[in-house]
Amino acid sequence: MANAPHRFRNGRSENAVLDGFLALADEWIARAADAGGAEWFRSATNDIVHAANDRTLGVAIGLAPRRLGKADLALTDDDRQRAAALRPGFDPSDWSIDQLARVAFMIASHDGNDVAFAARFDSFCSSAALNELIALCRGLPLYPGAALIEPRAREAVRSGMKPVFEAVAHNNPYPGEVFGEDAWNHMVVKALFIGSSLWPVQGLDARANPHLARMLVDLARERWAAGRPVSAELWRCVAPYADAEGVAALTRVWQGGEGKDRLAIALALQHPAGASVDLPFREEVVQFKTRLAAEKIGWRDVA
Amino acid sequence: MIIDPHAHMISRTTDDYEAMAKAGIVAVIEPAFWLGQARTNVGSFIDYFSLISGFERFRAGQFGIRHYCTIGLNPKEANNEPLAEAVLDVLPRFLAKEGVVAMGELGYDEQTPAEDRALRAQIELAKEFDLPIMIHTPHRDKHAGTLRTMDVLKEHNFDPARCVIDHNNEETIRDVLERGYWLGFSIYPQTKMGSERMAVLVENYGPERLIVNSACDWGVSDPLAVAKTARLMAQRGVSAEAIRKVVYGNALAVYGLNGEMREEHWLAPAPIDQRTLYEGNSVLRGGQTPRIEQPGRPVDELRIT
Ligand SMILES: [Zn+2]
Repeated sequence: MANAPHRFRNGRSENAVLDGFLALADEWIARAADAGGAEWFRSATNDIVHAANDRTLGVAIGLAPRRLGKADLALTDDDRQRAAALRPGFDPSDWSIDQLARVAFMIASHDGNDVAFAARFDSFCSSAALNELIALCRGLPLYPGAALIEPRAREAVRSGMKPVFEAVAHNNPYPGEVFGEDAWNHMVVKALFIGSSLWPVQGLDARANPHLARMLVDLARERWAAGRPVSAELWRCVAPYADAEGVAALTRVWQGGEGKDRLAIALALQHPAGASVDLPFREEVVQFKTRLAAEKIGWRDVA
Repeated sequence: MIIDPHAHMISRTTDDYEAMAKAGIVAVIEPAFWLGQARTNVGSFIDYFSLISGFERFRAGQFGIRHYCTIGLNPKEANNEPLAEAVLDVLPRFLAKEGVVAMGELGYDEQTPAEDRALRAQIELAKEFDLPIMIHTPHRDKHAGTLRTMDVLKEHNFDPARCVIDHNNEETIRDVLERGYWLGFSIYPQTKMGSERMAVLVENYGPERLIVNSACDWGVSDPLAVAKTARLMAQRGVSAEAIRKVVYGNALAVYGLNGEMREEHWLAPAPIDQRTLYEGNSVLRGGQTPRIEQPGRPVDELRIT
């Protein structure tokens, strides 16, 4: 990190995550964009740091794709490790250049005042265009004052636009760390409700709980009543905390479901809390354990 | 392929989107206008601008149609002066956004001083943000109002090649063509301009700088008006090349000027778009060359690919 751009620190208090992220962004954008684009990014960042009002930030966020393009960042394993080392759980694997720049611009506007930052973030989200909102939400784990921006994160999860929902829910450590139980449960149920997937959600097993298990069983029964399929991923957060109705649902799936459903239930029962659930088919689950290990089957495979 | 460069899609149903995609419409432009009822505070404008650059863009993408918008304070609502000031203050927040292809609809309604101030301020904003302009010509005193609008644009040195004067008819076409502007024609089922009259205009004046749109909104209007006009022109023997210009190429040329609307968006969508915002348009899978199918088919089956 010898070349960390010190100009970003002008007038701001030290913040290792913010400065480290801006340094990474500067390096990755210099590598992925053409020379003109990289130069534009640097000068726009500098302008934002010294700007008297938010207009500079708004224009820079708006213009990012026009100046830098929308190509995937194409990060290396080393890049990913540096991201995770900077901020545990931070995973920009599938970010595009313009998304990275937009988050960097937002962060460059932080002048040491977390409350003012949260207000600015909220205001930008309220008038953000579709792709801007997706990018700004992907930056959630990096922003200072995590609790202050929680209302906006929950608002994004309420969105009817799947990519906005997924910008918060997927590959993002923020909800697992910050959301209370109700907000968390609604996010997980909604992921399945709108046909999204659970495997990219961070912290699922750690935050499984009996209330969520009950909500998911209700969703499964509603789907069965309507003759609609139920995602095998649903059982992940049911199996460890199944009550009597949960056990009945699991039994129905185990007996009548596809191979994928059985794999999902076997995977879910590896959760420590799963050991105490009284299941009539527990003996059969044991046979699956060897297969899961031998074939290295994970949640992504049953989605 | 068809572009409908004037469509108020927030008023339209999912059936409309499906029918439009089926008729070969690959892209729409949603101009900011009034909603049939005056807004009472600036927040309503902020939400509206956000909606047409956010959720509506997403919604259109689910039907395989690319959605762009224009941003501006319409002349009717420019007459509430305190509100107009507040709206002009927030406009810059939206002008650099992705998918914003012009400022509009700007112009006159009753040609009041307040409307004049808002128009001039927005022409200057368009220059500052390097945006084309879409002009709404007044319903009443149309001819004089259209001439006056062009005079004001000229006073501000706004390049006619970057400006569409919309809602033209037989009375305005000659003056607007002579001054070098692009000309929009809104095809309405009952009033303003019908498909027949439009076809005659293309025959008489040629296709250069003429642009057909449906202006479909919450009133009596037809989201397939552009497709139906294209079919009628084909039946009357207008050349495929000329039809392509007035229902596709001309709109792309002027509203593509700031780089936000590009053919590749629907011909070769980026993978990241296909994963998230845009479901793709099956109409295009057969090939990319415009082809107008046999005349005489039912309108429902009309397909200009
Ligand atoms: Zn209109």
